[in-house]
Amino acid sequence: MADQIYNAVFIGSIYALFALGFTLVFSVLDILNLAHPALFTLGAFVALFAMQQGVPAALAVVVAFLVCGVAGVLLDRVAFAPLRRRNAPPLSAMISSIGVSLIIIRLIQLKYGPDLQAYPQGSLPADVMTVAGLQIDTLRTVIIGLAVALMVGLTVLVRRSRLGRELRALAENPRAARLLGIDVDRAIAATFFLSAGLGGVAGALYGFATNSPFSQMGLNFELKAFSVMIVGGMGSIPGAVLGAYLLSFGEVASLTFLPSELRDAFAFGLLFIVLLVRPSGILGQRAVDRV
Amino acid sequence: MEDLQAFFDAYQTTIGFIGINAILALSVWLTLYTGQLTLGNAAFMGIAAYGSALLTLKAGFPFPLALLCGALLAAAISLPLGATVFRLRGVYLAIATLAFGEVVRVAILAIPLTGRGQGLVGIPTKTELWHIYVSLLVIAYVCARLRISSAGRAWSAIREDEVAAASQGIPVQRYKLAAFVLGALIAGWAGGIAAHFNFAIQPDEYGFARAVQILVFAIVGGIPNVFGPIMGAIVLTGLPAVLQPLQEYRDILQGTILVIVIVYAPRGLATLLDVRRAARLRNVGAQDVA
Repeated sequence: MADQIYNAVFIGSIYALFALGFTLVFSVLDILNLAHPALFTLGAFVALFAMQQGVPAALAVVVAFLVCGVAGVLLDRVAFAPLRRRNAPPLSAMISSIGVSLIIIRLIQLKYGPDLQAYPQGSLPADVMTVAGLQIDTLRTVIIGLAVALMVGLTVLVRRSRLGRELRALAENPRAARLLGIDVDRAIAATFFLSAGLGGVAGALYGFATNSPFSQMGLNFELKAFSVMIVGGMGSIPGAVLGAYLLSFGEVASLTFLPSELRDAFAFGLLFIVLLVRPSGILGQRAVDRV
Repeated sequence: MEDLQAFFDAYQTTIGFIGINAILALSVWLTLYTGQLTLGNAAFMGIAAYGSALLTLKAGFPFPLALLCGALLAAAISLPLGATVFRLRGVYLAIATLAFGEVVRVAILAIPLTGRGQGLVGIPTKTELWHIYVSLLVIAYVCARLRISSAGRAWSAIREDEVAAASQGIPVQRYKLAAFVLGALIAGWAGGIAAHFNFAIQPDEYGFARAVQILVFAIVGGIPNVFGPIMGAIVLTGLPAVLQPLQEYRDILQGTILVIVIVYAPRGLATLLDVRRAARLRNVGAQDVA
């Protein structure tokens, strides 16, 4: 039982990190960035590449953050910025992000192939402690701690900092934000850097925990992230965190009552019910007819 | 003549799938033309594929009847679904229909009759190329006629401004639902045809990836008229076949082409051909589709 709770906390933390990046771009720019799962995967493989060059795991996570962050800014310049200038409908942004996602995944496959990979032996902490009969491994505990720290950090950044105020102004009304003297281009670049960086870190951490990164690892998270965002409230950062843990605990609980092939049904059943009963999500405030 | 025959033999599968994908793109076009983003058509395709394949495989139904039953089953399921989800709009509607698709996929995995994860094998391959293309022609004709009918004008009105449409006495929910159910029927027809073209079907074929793919065909092609989705399906289904020799660089090129096309023609390939309409729209400052 305690084991399962620990596991739920762990997987919920990864869901949360993944969904935070997703939701950040959506709340500021109203774009569903379908390249986010590819950036998640890229994070795991950047960390792998760094560690194969002898970089320690802790530093490899930082490298993954930076590289994916820069990749996110590039993604925006290539796939989204031209569409913004042309005032294109939001759907076309979704399509171009699919295009970029195809490219990123194939580039990873060109280097590492489609199969499961493993991090260099001995590069990840493997020790396991037993606390009050509960098996706790150092790696997962550190990952949970780091994920929670990042969630808190992002919340503080958005709520308290100057950049956060700019992002919120931009989300409210881009034209008014520009009139108020906000450097909109810089704010958008920052949004993508943070979003993609968080996605990359989530990928690296999940890769560490499973020690089997592979090129399609982001796919499953994409659908789960939709669920997380809707349940918590579309575009809400605390909502995404709450939704992530609700989903992971729900999934773990459903595993004990339901056959394993129905595990995914839980996520989407929950999503469906929330959409019908309270489409703005648990912590969402905005009107539903926002497109 | 012999060359032509050889060409058809070599590319029969690709040619077939171009037609099937064009039908699928038209199925999502109906709701997109109404300004509604739904992603349930992959699931309707799957429901009809399984329904019709089980009928021919296990119950010995004749092929046309099985196709019809499969498509009607998809439409019958879409009716109550549409009645519930059309309270939602935009991304919410898209994700709700996507969630429905995942529930269908999981349901297929859980029901023993469907062969679960292994799927169904040994489906009689009754679909001929002409079946696909006659279906496409008929469906495209019906969609084109609908577009210029009073229903089509109502759909346009809803797309441009739902509140204004309602204030003109257009029953908005009913027209949205009609587009949705008709789309499900068409997607179901395509699903039945595809199942009997292919010998085997698997639950994963009808998941998220397929839903997005259908949407991509329609958006890349363009929503203003029925030629858009068909063009999108032709270009994006034909492209991988043409790029086959490049093997591992194929996805990279395909992704690049997707980005370039959408950046230069954000409203779809069809709009490139219709320059006059684009200019007119710009002049009146109207929001184009999608």
